[in-house]
Amino acid sequence: MSVQAVYGTVKKTIIDKNFKVKRTVLRMIVTIVMFCLGIAIIIPFLWMISASFKRPLDVLKYPVEWIPKYWYPQNYIDIMSKQSYNFGLMYLNSIKITAINVTGSVLTSCLAGYAFARLKFKGRDHLFLLYLATMIIPPQVTMVPRFMLFDFLGIINTHWSLILPGIFTPFGVFMMRQFFMQIPFELSESARIDGAGEIKTWAQIIMPLAKTAIVTLVILTFCWHWNDYENPLIFLRDRKLLTIPVGLDLFKDEAFTDANLNLILAAATLSIMPIFIIFTAGQKYFIEGMAAGAVKG
Amino acid sequence: MKVSRRFKENLIAYFFIGPNFIGFTTFIILPVILTLVVSFTEWQFTAGLKGMKFIGLKNYIDMWKDDWFISSIKNNLYYTLGTVPVTMVLALLSAVALNKYVFGKNIIRLMFFLPYISNIVVVSTVWFIMYADTGPITKLIEQLGVKNPPYWLADVKWAMPAIILMTVWMNLGYTMVIYLAGLQNIPNDLYEACEIDGANAIQKFRHITIPALSPTTFFILITSIINSFKVFGQINIMTQGGPGTSTTVLVYYIYQAAFKFWKIGYASAISWVLFIIIFTITLIQWKGQKKWVNYM
Repeated sequence: MSVQAVYGTVKKTIIDKNFKVKRTVLRMIVTIVMFCLGIAIIIPFLWMISASFKRPLDVLKYPVEWIPKYWYPQNYIDIMSKQSYNFGLMYLNSIKITAINVTGSVLTSCLAGYAFARLKFKGRDHLFLLYLATMIIPPQVTMVPRFMLFDFLGIINTHWSLILPGIFTPFGVFMMRQFFMQIPFELSESARIDGAGEIKTWAQIIMPLAKTAIVTLVILTFCWHWNDYENPLIFLRDRKLLTIPVGLDLFKDEAFTDANLNLILAAATLSIMPIFIIFTAGQKYFIEGMAAGAVKG
Repeated sequence: MKVSRRFKENLIAYFFIGPNFIGFTTFIILPVILTLVVSFTEWQFTAGLKGMKFIGLKNYIDMWKDDWFISSIKNNLYYTLGTVPVTMVLALLSAVALNKYVFGKNIIRLMFFLPYISNIVVVSTVWFIMYADTGPITKLIEQLGVKNPPYWLADVKWAMPAIILMTVWMNLGYTMVIYLAGLQNIPNDLYEACEIDGANAIQKFRHITIPALSPTTFFILITSIINSFKVFGQINIMTQGGPGTSTTVLVYYIYQAAFKFWKIGYASAISWVLFIIIFTITLIQWKGQKKWVNYM
């Protein structure tokens, strides 16, 4: 090996090493910048949580006491137990409606998605196109006629006005169909040869294979129904029936004085906890689902 | 024998579709048709079905003379222009940084994403308090040396920017996640080929990342514009369309017309205008995809 060649290799490794070091330094700088940005983004939440543990008049103290000098967890006890706030009841309402709607809409989506993906029937493709087309109709457009319809059905100011429309989602049908299409058709074929009926095939062979898609849909629909603000706002009147979002909004409007901010913020913190927990646990499903669910927005 | 088998097949399929289809027609298809029918009537809801009067296109003509409606369209456009471009640029830059240049990607992504999954009421309430004239945002600005800081939500000029700022903050993480998904689909050999040709980071961004992301960008652009026409929660919670009409947007005006003034016919007509706007944007997406998007 000539001297020049050796010199060349040495120089190259030095450059490579330099490059690597440079890259790592760059990565560290960007990490720090992005991390600070991330902190900046969650500051309102940090502020909310810290204020929810403060005494009433400490909330607006400036400079902000990020860690309360006087801890006051009584806020949480008050908000959940005091009858006049009804917050415990609203929590139960939210849990009830979310549970029914998630179960219902996932079930109907799995059934209909299966039919669109794997069964032959008259008018299938046209019907599916119709489902797709309605996905672009924003619910706000049909807000007024749904009110008339529910009034006609006599379900205004009952939980049915949230449950009945809540258990059908074109998006869920679409998502489950796309997933069911990917499962090999030979599986259904062999089940049929073994004498299984369509319902048995669906329940015992196809559904277990669709676990990931189902989990994603459960998380997404949970998020929509737990956070739903517009429907209960329009269809419910009675305080005792309200779910968390509208209840919190009402509470904010009624109780908005400096002396109550701590309570309002404790209620706010409580109301997003379930979502935060589910999100952190199922981040992967959630984000993939959100990316796929972009259509619903 | 054959006919009856096909009949049986259809029957099973309808059994599967049935539950969803009933709900779908009752709660989606039927209301869409109803809005159209009612939009041609004048109907004081409180007067019952008898109060309904067919007036043809009058609602659709009258709305253009309604200052409140006109300003709700203008405000909505302001909101769209204020939120969409800023969110997209910030989201793209964060996504590129997050995709290759950071450690602990998942944690940072989680922080960016939290506002989006939070309840609109919680988010709006927290910002509402922070924007108050005794709240931390105003105090911070005072501390930075600005005398007479704006009254944010109580100021005709500043209410909309305040809502826009909050919305950008809320949607940034979601838009970034979609961009991240797009970035992961760009094959690595494209960048390697470019490196061999001696391209620097900015050139790579300009000549590979941006063109390769064009389908994603286009998708985000369209859905964000559509979503910006659906905005309602933060307006109703933070400003109730005010002060004056400075933050009244389309859906908020529909809500007001229908459930405050009970002008069901008029509200339905505006709903259809909203639908036509969204439908047009979707059509542009269909047509434009082929023209503007660079599929690699």
